[in-house]
Amino acid sequence: MQSGSGMQFGIFSVGDVTPDPTTGRTPTEHERIKAMVAIALKAEEVGLDVFATGEHHNPPFVPSSPTTMLGYIAARTENLILSTSTTLITTNDPVKIAEDFAMLQHLAGGRADVMMGRGNTGPVYPWFGKDIRQGINLAVENYALLHRLWREDVVTWEGKFRTPLQSFTSTPRPLDGVAPFVWHGSIRSPEIAEQAAYYGDGFFHNNIFWPQEHTKKMVDLYRRRFAHYGHGTEEQAIVGLGGQVFMRKNSQDAVKEFRPYFDNAPVYGHGPSLEEFTSQTPLTVGSPQQVIDRTLSFRDTVGDYQRQLFLMDHAGLPLKTVLEQLDILGEEVVPVLREEFAKNRPATVPDAPTHAARVASAQNRKGVDA
Amino acid sequence: MKLVVVSAGLSVPSSTRLLADRLAAATGRRTDVEIETVELRDLAVEIAHNFVTGFPGPELSAAADAVKGADGLIVVTPVFSASYSGLFKSFFDVLTVLDKDAIAGTPVLIAATGGTPRHSLVLEHAMRPLFAYLRALVVPTAVYAASEDWGADGLDERIERAATELAELAGNMRHAPVREEELIPFEQQLAALRPE
Repeated sequence: MQSGSGMQFGIFSVGDVTPDPTTGRTPTEHERIKAMVAIALKAEEVGLDVFATGEHHNPPFVPSSPTTMLGYIAARTENLILSTSTTLITTNDPVKIAEDFAMLQHLAGGRADVMMGRGNTGPVYPWFGKDIRQGINLAVENYALLHRLWREDVVTWEGKFRTPLQSFTSTPRPLDGVAPFVWHGSIRSPEIAEQAAYYGDGFFHNNIFWPQEHTKKMVDLYRRRFAHYGHGTEEQAIVGLGGQVFMRKNSQDAVKEFRPYFDNAPVYGHGPSLEEFTSQTPLTVGSPQQVIDRTLSFRDTVGDYQRQLFLMDHAGLPLKTVLEQLDILGEEVVPVLREEFAKNRPATVPDAPTHAARVASAQNRKGVDA
Repeated sequence: MKLVVVSAGLSVPSSTRLLADRLAAATGRRTDVEIETVELRDLAVEIAHNFVTGFPGPELSAAADAVKGADGLIVVTPVFSASYSGLFKSFFDVLTVLDKDAIAGTPVLIAATGGTPRHSLVLEHAMRPLFAYLRALVVPTAVYAASEDWGADGLDERIERAATELAELAGNMRHAPVREEELIPFEQQLAALRPE
């Protein structure tokens, strides 16, 4: 992470294969996978801190195997933190998550963390032999086990949803004995904010499709409960936010170019106008300065926070356009954001989590104990 | 009491709104009411957008808050294709999709308008089950007004009877509690999953 505000800036991809509404052309899965990699490499090139990929198990999405993709990107980058948005804690075996992400953490030299989520596709539960009615319970039990597998060398465990474990050791052990940092992502479930608070993990609110008042409610709840569980003060909780932007030098050009993608976007297309949606949600379409102003205003809503991820590559935007967007983001927007977010940031607000800092803090704790 | 009137009439002026206003006025003669009227016609576009985006726009959000905070509801729809109108149903769909208890326990007076009296049982066969499903408390008298009822004997009487029932039911209810976001402490969630 670059020094400055103690914040990390990056991008997160859904990995959708969507026709470009302006040309009618749909990329192949192969093209989209390669494009995601090119986008991640560009993120590193323009000085962003984080690349996160979604996890999906159905068309039109490609990223079914996140650690494979992230491992490949790790080998071709030096500084980028590899993460997910999100990893399905409900339908993946927590033992396999423990193994996969510990392996990624080793290969990436600590540049890996993970965001837990429940996904948004109902049928994914039966595809993996799970019951959607147990969604929250699966998230609770699976994560409780994962948390132990990364912290205890030998685990004996019994639960409701998985084969019991007798004297089981998940390998490889986490790099330097420090588990990958975990974010819990949720849009509308207070239970997940509560879970993040209980463990003292990070809470990521993917606010891109939702009004800010809702984001504030969820983050406030997480901060309150984080303090309740004794992990620190409310301002010491670790918060991440989503964001969605499209920029051109002149804001009219941005609006004109993005409108057909907005109007036909799989998630919100054929609904409100671009103008209505930008006024009601954090979507910002305009000049780099407008994006800077809007993003800085997030702090007024949720307080000083640690990670800002932008959705840049969806709705059929061609790779070339996305790479141009990343140039603008990395060169014109993020440097200003780093500087501005650093201003008036209380020293008591923690920096965004990195492996190095977590190792140092674990060693400090050991020193105190000894 | 806070009385919220939901009218799904589409024309201006609308006989659905006319019936809604008369029911509200009759209720107001029996008890102190603070009346807020929600015209679904004005919210039609935001309701459609809510289906697409998953969240309510500002006007719809305000209307939803009003309905959730009501001590009593008067809901009136025109009859379309032997049922409540699609707009009427859509409003209660978006209202309850995020909060299934949005009007649970709220006293409700149901009413409908139509061109012919042959549709009057829409109230018993469509409206009453909908609000029973939403666990609202529907008053016994439902009011239907066909075109020919306006000016004829009988409608006034039914309006007065229904209004009396709503005023009494709402009066007997304690003020609707503001629903707090329920949160199960994490320890409790974990404990529930521990094998016996």
